[in-house]
Amino acid sequence: MSEGEHGPRPPADARARLHIVTGKGGTGKTTAAAALARALAADGGRVLLVEVEGRQGLATLLGVPPLPYEEREMLSVPGGGTVCVLAADPEAALLEYLEMFYGMRRAGQALNRLGAVDFATTIAPGLRDVLLTGKATEAVRRRRGARRRSADAPATAPFHYDAVVMDAPPTGRIARFLNVNSEVAGLARVGPVRNHADRVMEVIRSAQTRVHFVSLLEEMPVQETREGIAELAGLGIPVGTVLVNMVRPPLLAEADLAAAASADGADTDALSAGLKEAGLEHPGELAAALAGEVRAHALRVGLERRMRAELEALGRPLLELPLLEGGVDRAALELLARRLSEQGVRR
Amino acid sequence: MSAPEPWDVDALVDDPVTRILVCCGAGGVGKTTTAAALGLRAAERGRRAVVITVDPARRLAQSLGLESLDNTPRPVPLPEGAAGSLHAMMLDMKRTFDEVVEEHADPERARQILANPFYRTLSTSFSGTQEYMAMEKLGQLRQSGDWDLIVVDTPPSRSALDFLDAPKRLGRFLDGRLIRFLGAPASTGAFRLLGAGVGMVTSAIGRIVGAQLLNDLRAFVAAFETVFGGFQERAERTYRLLQAPGTAFVVVAVPDTDAMREAAYFVERLAADSMPLGGLVVNRAHPLPEGPAAALDAGRAVAAAESLERSGSHPLASAALRLHADRVRTRERENRLRDALLSAHPGVPVAEVAALPEDVHDLAGLRTIGAALAAAARGR
Repeated sequence: MSEGEHGPRPPADARARLHIVTGKGGTGKTTAAAALARALAADGGRVLLVEVEGRQGLATLLGVPPLPYEEREMLSVPGGGTVCVLAADPEAALLEYLEMFYGMRRAGQALNRLGAVDFATTIAPGLRDVLLTGKATEAVRRRRGARRRSADAPATAPFHYDAVVMDAPPTGRIARFLNVNSEVAGLARVGPVRNHADRVMEVIRSAQTRVHFVSLLEEMPVQETREGIAELAGLGIPVGTVLVNMVRPPLLAEADLAAAASADGADTDALSAGLKEAGLEHPGELAAALAGEVRAHALRVGLERRMRAELEALGRPLLELPLLEGGVDRAALELLARRLSEQGVRR
Repeated sequence: MSAPEPWDVDALVDDPVTRILVCCGAGGVGKTTTAAALGLRAAERGRRAVVITVDPARRLAQSLGLESLDNTPRPVPLPEGAAGSLHAMMLDMKRTFDEVVEEHADPERARQILANPFYRTLSTSFSGTQEYMAMEKLGQLRQSGDWDLIVVDTPPSRSALDFLDAPKRLGRFLDGRLIRFLGAPASTGAFRLLGAGVGMVTSAIGRIVGAQLLNDLRAFVAAFETVFGGFQERAERTYRLLQAPGTAFVVVAVPDTDAMREAAYFVERLAADSMPLGGLVVNRAHPLPEGPAAALDAGRAVAAAESLERSGSHPLASAALRLHADRVRTRERENRLRDALLSAHPGVPVAEVAALPEDVHDLAGLRTIGAALAAAARGR
């Protein structure tokens, strides 16, 4: 029996501990990932937010200088929750991997001088990706009391992080990024890298993982979301929610929207009368100009509705985030996280 | 802040000296559409233009009236009597890479290279291959002499840097110490310099990547040695082509903080590399209609809406006024972002394209965008 066939799925499945957030460029993926991390840290949760593209998008979002390769506590959430942030870069991850699993610190540094790290991290995205996803899955498996390897701590110890949220590559590259197994398979049929990839893949395909898609109510992001979901489903990677970002509140009544979108356009006489009553100058001319703005808005609302219907047809829970005037800062992030909590996002 | 310098797009695309336009910018800002619109505009004004896209979106092919795009330029059907011609193609990086290998190696060696698992990974997933091959294709088209204007849409890179750096990075990698180290017998003195024993390093590499990968890599290096010189030379030639007077970079952005920051970064980077900047395209802008609406500020519009809401009459007018107030605030924010960029980089010519209610689906849509791009120079 597959899950989700009986009744609506909760937006954030309680078993999910690795939340991978993707989306077309420009949809606000980083912001959505940060808001999700914050929402999951409500009520005392301990959450790790990982960025993997070396863009320092989280540092920019939080208004801090570039972050080092280090899990650093960046947000404390009322109720005792914390969000730690890690800007993962493949080079540092490789050196850490070598040290952690092979105790090869000096050899790692020698390799670095040789350009081997450049090799492993640039030549084959498969190797690069397995290091980055490996870092995130390691944090998912890590238990409290573990000093180095996850295996150090007893399997009964509570997890170090309640949830790990990854600000992942964009939709166009997400399937390849997460399907590290087959990426690496082309290069390494056996050996430690292959084993590592298998272990990472096991976590990614498990019920612990959800891949969330950030979309806007625009044609291209919706199309990419549809394609991305189909691609991941085909790979057996669990898809979570669709986060509809930058949603605007409706301003016009239904009848006015319909009229404005029609060939006649908005009722300029009514508009002009209203503007006159409000004491504005040149009500006639102004009404004509505003009618143009109203029409553009109505067409956009129509398009947004068609796009929402298409997203609903994908059969995934939709979560909404409002459009924020004036960009995103910490306060805005708090508001977005609250919106997610109100829609049922919790651990 | 004074109005930005309007960008005379038509003067640029009409100028026979202009041979290459490179559209670059963050992901999701409309680079591909801008490239197609510029190509169409140039074609309809008499150029023999070709657009290279890296975006596999079927929609672009359809908007050009083509079923699909492939690695060969296909003619785009233009209305009868068009002054010039337009072709379009989509970069197939593996195919292009194979062609380069076939051209530079004898058939037997080419066969060896193409069959090597390591080469297959390199040609399909090296993170710089797409950028490198886009430049390679550009060089080929330029040399063919079949087109007098080539418009390039750049790959959606992880960062703006990739596009300019990837060709060099691939070159550096193929010519790198590691490759030489792996390709050479393990008895040379190079190891001594590394501060680590031979056995330690080889065993480390072997343990990480496995012996089989190491062998594939060695075989690849041995076979690739002969074609490598050609690669490096071509990468350098293409890089110089980008700096040549006939090239103009078009930085594409949308008026939001991230995209404008990326655009500013690109403008700096182009200047640092002596790459000629044509202009900045700001897509999806929200200019205000001319006339009394432009003079109605957000505060007054909201106050007027509130007074109507109190009386409960004219819901349409109050909604329209609130909508207008939103639009004015949006416009103010857009202007601030643009002015911030221009104050750091004065004199960058700007062309703005107003947000369209729907995506572009056909040539008419692309034509509208081309006209909007060109309208900047004629004032608004």
